[in-house]
Amino acid sequence: MDQLIQHLVNTLILGGTYALLGIGLTLIFGIMNVVNFTHGALYTVGAYLMYLSVAALGLNFFLALPVAILGGLLFGAAIELLLLRPFRGSDIDTTMLVMIGAGIVLQSATLWIFGGVAKAIPSPFPEAPLDIGPVSVSWLRLFVLGAALALIAITYALINRTRLGLAMRAAFQDADTAALMGVNVRLVYTATFAIGSSLAAAAGALLGPVYVVFPQMGGLAELKAFAIVILGGLGNLKGAAIGGFILALAEELGAGYVSSGYRDAMGFLIIIAVLLYKPTGLFAKAERIG
Amino acid sequence: MSRLLPIALLAGLVVLPLALGSSPYVLNALITTGILTIGAMSLNLLLGFTGQLSLGHIAFFGIGAYVSALTSLGFDVEIGFGYRIVHEPWPAAIGVLLGILAAGACGYLIGRLSFRVRGAYFVIVTVSFAEVVRLVALNWVELTQGPLALTNIPAVTLGIPGLGTWTLRTKLQNYYLVLGTGTLCYLIIARLVGSRFGRAMRGLKENESLALSVGINAARTLTIATVISAAMAGAAGSLYAHYLRIIDPDIFQFATTVTMVIMVVAGGKGTLLGPVVGGLIFGLLPVALRPVMAPEAQWMVYGIVLIAILFVMPKGIVPGVSVLLARLRSTRSVPVLEASPAVPR
Amino acid sequence: MSPILSVEHVGVRFGGLVAIADLHFDVREGEIVSLIGPNGAGKTTAFNVMTGFLKPSQGEVRFRGTGLTGLPSHEITRLGLARTFQRTSVFPDDTVFDNVMIGLHRKGAQASRAPLFDALIGRAGAAERRLRARAEELLDWVGLSERSQEKAGALAYGEQRLVGVALALATEPAMLLLDEPVSGMNASETQVFVRLIRQIRERGVTILLVEHDMPMVMEVSDRIVVLNYGRLIAEGPPAGIRSDPAVIEAYLGQGSAARRAAAEAQEPADA
Repeated sequence: MDQLIQHLVNTLILGGTYALLGIGLTLIFGIMNVVNFTHGALYTVGAYLMYLSVAALGLNFFLALPVAILGGLLFGAAIELLLLRPFRGSDIDTTMLVMIGAGIVLQSATLWIFGGVAKAIPSPFPEAPLDIGPVSVSWLRLFVLGAALALIAITYALINRTRLGLAMRAAFQDADTAALMGVNVRLVYTATFAIGSSLAAAAGALLGPVYVVFPQMGGLAELKAFAIVILGGLGNLKGAAIGGFILALAEELGAGYVSSGYRDAMGFLIIIAVLLYKPTGLFAKAERIG
Repeated sequence: MSRLLPIALLAGLVVLPLALGSSPYVLNALITTGILTIGAMSLNLLLGFTGQLSLGHIAFFGIGAYVSALTSLGFDVEIGFGYRIVHEPWPAAIGVLLGILAAGACGYLIGRLSFRVRGAYFVIVTVSFAEVVRLVALNWVELTQGPLALTNIPAVTLGIPGLGTWTLRTKLQNYYLVLGTGTLCYLIIARLVGSRFGRAMRGLKENESLALSVGINAARTLTIATVISAAMAGAAGSLYAHYLRIIDPDIFQFATTVTMVIMVVAGGKGTLLGPVVGGLIFGLLPVALRPVMAPEAQWMVYGIVLIAILFVMPKGIVPGVSVLLARLRSTRSVPVLEASPAVPR
Repeated sequence: MSPILSVEHVGVRFGGLVAIADLHFDVREGEIVSLIGPNGAGKTTAFNVMTGFLKPSQGEVRFRGTGLTGLPSHEITRLGLARTFQRTSVFPDDTVFDNVMIGLHRKGAQASRAPLFDALIGRAGAAERRLRARAEELLDWVGLSERSQEKAGALAYGEQRLVGVALALATEPAMLLLDEPVSGMNASETQVFVRLIRQIRERGVTILLVEHDMPMVMEVSDRIVVLNYGRLIAEGPPAGIRSDPAVIEAYLGQGSAARRAAAEAQEPADA
């Protein structure tokens, strides 16, 4: 029983960052119809920016986090402007291939610059975990959960309370109509990709200090993001948020009660289950009407 | 002319080892290139002719390799509840056959699963599938030896009744085995594409609603294409296992799938010769780059080349060149020309 | 005579929007029936329900007695109900000839028990030759023989429509649904098309068409079904429809601005 409670607590903490990853990916898919194969690489970029700021430049941990997020934002904007804008109107396969190419470049650049050896990011939190009854949580992980939830809240506010968010929602419904109504769709696309990328970078920056940082870390993160997005329904933000926690739960329980070697296979099992029983995802909205 | 080109290419590949004096280094590069090119041809059947991108193609390749290796090595594993499966070693040729069947069967399951909904789903399902297969290869140590690798995989023995048997141990023999398999795969794909089945694939790719309305069963057509494609990738994988004689879970690297994708896209997806041309270029390029570049820099170049091709020659080299040739010809003669056909016949 | 197609109390709702409310009518074998109504009346939606591209929220469509609800589109085609599309009526990257060859997919299945295997071992030759002959016949029939080797996507709009008809006929249907077949055609092209429709009927194919071109509809139809706001408002022979007050009200009652707005509101779902 105590073990189960511990797993549930771990789920919450892991789920927050998974939700960030998933929201970023599903946002980009929903609005731009692009399957973002740089998502994992941007996750890695976020983690390395955190490492650079804290370990190499000696920046304060709490200042380094916004730096990493901002870095993700800029990387995302650059990728959109340089690589996606010229392919507007191409089919989804072409943009997917372009993103695969960009993902390779980013990942191998990271490997080239930082080498293959895993790096640790020092954190300012006390080593001793916080013990509440049978449950033990490190302060760092608590901070990660708090930061992830705060970022999710900010993203929701951005989408639901700002002019940019309104434009994004309009483009999500129908880009052509939105353009007719005076929405600057090009700007919306750049902003969407930048925001989605910054969420991936944030997830990397938050999980980097928890684990270690290495150039291939993004590959698995990307697969997990895909699973989350399929679970929640492609393009469904709420679905992605909840999907993040469901995947975390499945991984925790799978690793705890089945076999830790197959922790990372849970995402695929979820995808299979979803495709078998509810192919459009748990919380899908209709893809199109009429 | 376009009918002669593949034959000329084949003839060139047949005499190539003689011309190069069969240095083991070059032969090794040619064999691995050939094996990857078969993988690329199988990928093209899906990506080029049906428009479905399999990003987990390496899974079919690796399953072919592992099944074939394990069939010919034998194994003894516990499957739970005290039951064991004990398998005595079988001839490598049977291993190859089972490798092909197993890969095809996995293709069937993946197709059935993901073609209930299409597009991005197929991509994501295949890429995740490859990761899971890698995890199994890594963690089921009793069967696969995990990271310790399967070693001493026997070479393929071919036998013709009455004429004797040959064990293909040398590089030169393996080269011709790969070339023969590749030619067979090319012919199968050419036949398929030119048939009623090929028309159904093209119809689905060009206008799905219309294809459905003339009675084409989308899920069935795409699943069959996936099975054939996966089986061919499995054939390539089992050749790989019996050539290298050692395989480990690293065979399931995502990078290998990406290499195949680059071969197809660069050569020209949806053309018969495209993956062969792309395969030769991107199979041999690393050999040329190795002395001057670190592997990670080389990968960066790959990524940049992929993007550059999509910018400059989005249809790929083979269609690009045939459009160019047609233009050259038209400046000389008057007749109205037709843009390069999707399928050179 | 028993109906070949019966639309039985079909309703379609998208969220809160009612696209079709309780549509009920029959088409008898050998008839040419037109489904008309102002833009946004639900005509294309009705087509999509009949051909399995859309599931009705209520009701049932029966074709030769078989309920179609839940059947995938390709199965419905197999039963002998074919359709054309309003906008994208061809496979754009293939030649006109290959378009029709793709359309002959079903016929190819009847030629052999294992067509895939036959193709692999090169045994499909005879069956292929028969299909090719049939494709040429169909192209000749719709008057596109001369265009046979051109890319379908490069044809003029009206010619693409003819390719669409040839494709549908290639499935050897008992009934053909034509979705605005003459929109964008000039008067003489339309006349040719009207003759084509009659010829198709003479070959025993029942026809239901959605069309905006009123003179054409009046000329070709045996019977007309009028929809407005997803409801059936009139049904009968052309002469009766022409003088039906409800129909006149439906068409004239809308100002042109309102009609344009309605047109934009209903994105035709031919995808």
